[in-house]
Amino acid sequence: MSKANLLDRRAVVSELLRDRRGAFAVGGLGASTYDIAAAGDHDRNFYLWGGMGGAVMIGLGLSLAQPALPVVVITGDGEMLMGMGSLATVALQQPKNLSIIVLDNEAYGETGGQASHTGGTADLVGVAKACGIADSRSISTMAEVEAFASSLQDVTAGPRFASAKIDGANLERVLSSRDGTYIVNRIRGSIGHTPI
Amino acid sequence: MHARADTAASWPEEIFSILQRFEVRQVPYVPDAGHSELIERVLGSSSMRGIALTTEEEGVALLAGAWAGGQRGALLMQSSGVGNCINMLSLVQIFRLPFLTLVTMRGEWGEFNPWQVPMGSNTQGILELSGIKVLRATRPDEVREVVEAGAAQAYNACTPTAVLLSQRLIGAKVFTK
Repeated sequence: MSKANLLDRRAVVSELLRDRRGAFAVGGLGASTYDIAAAGDHDRNFYLWGGMGGAVMIGLGLSLAQPALPVVVITGDGEMLMGMGSLATVALQQPKNLSIIVLDNEAYGETGGQASHTGGTADLVGVAKACGIADSRSISTMAEVEAFASSLQDVTAGPRFASAKIDGANLERVLSSRDGTYIVNRIRGSIGHTPI
Repeated sequence: MHARADTAASWPEEIFSILQRFEVRQVPYVPDAGHSELIERVLGSSSMRGIALTTEEEGVALLAGAWAGGQRGALLMQSSGVGNCINMLSLVQIFRLPFLTLVTMRGEWGEFNPWQVPMGSNTQGILELSGIKVLRATRPDEVREVVEAGAAQAYNACTPTAVLLSQRLIGAKVFTK
């Protein structure tokens, strides 16, 4: 069920993280976590295997705690729909270093490809904009992905939101660590915090 | 229209001082009348950031991100909000978060609104089933001690803790026409 004009999710994420420098990357429950793992394991990868709807809020907490470092939340349309209110919460806080990108395949890929609201009537870019994230855009080309990847390094101009329509093909799972304490403590270690 | 019974003016201020002392930086909240004085203190503070949420579960996820980024937080909510958090409370166990939440109670002690009772009656049970230790303060003169103990075990021992602030302490919400 792949369509020629849609972006390849792995290519998108790989481009977003190719020159990430100090950036933190938060992946939503499901395929976006595999995409981040596929781009290469990293101390600052925040993989989620649960807590559906929480990815943007984790990104917000991290971005407020580390305002000098870029934070990018890479999640799916189903995960974003479940935490849609968090876009209003982000807009109110205006974290300059936070970028959010939704990999939108208009389906719940992990559970059998059931249609999501974004393939019907819901417009996440419109939601983000209406919540008050002024820099909200649709992405449909790799050139736009590249531009977004370089803009996320700018920690003075966020928050920004993008939705990229991606090919719905289910790709091979690339499994990251599932040990939450390890994942979080590794991130903390990367910014100089020792265990309690 | 509603009014609250008189309460001791000092306990929200005591909670604020404790949060300051434990270097709490992020304070997500869904407003509750019982938390209004504390929320005002937080929003006026230079060391803490009050973060208004659309639903309480956002606060659990926010605190996970804050902790990963090296900051402590405390979630302020009402008892009904605990129900909204259930699945997201998985993060508290999975990440072994130094999680502290201060929950103002409804649905007990002279409650007028029956709709508050089911969740208020289940608040403690749900928190405990979610792996969170529960402490309770009922009188103004014990708030400082109980919140201090909760903050100490949450932040020093990474023992997730909820402090329930009783409706008896806050005063039952009075509904008038």
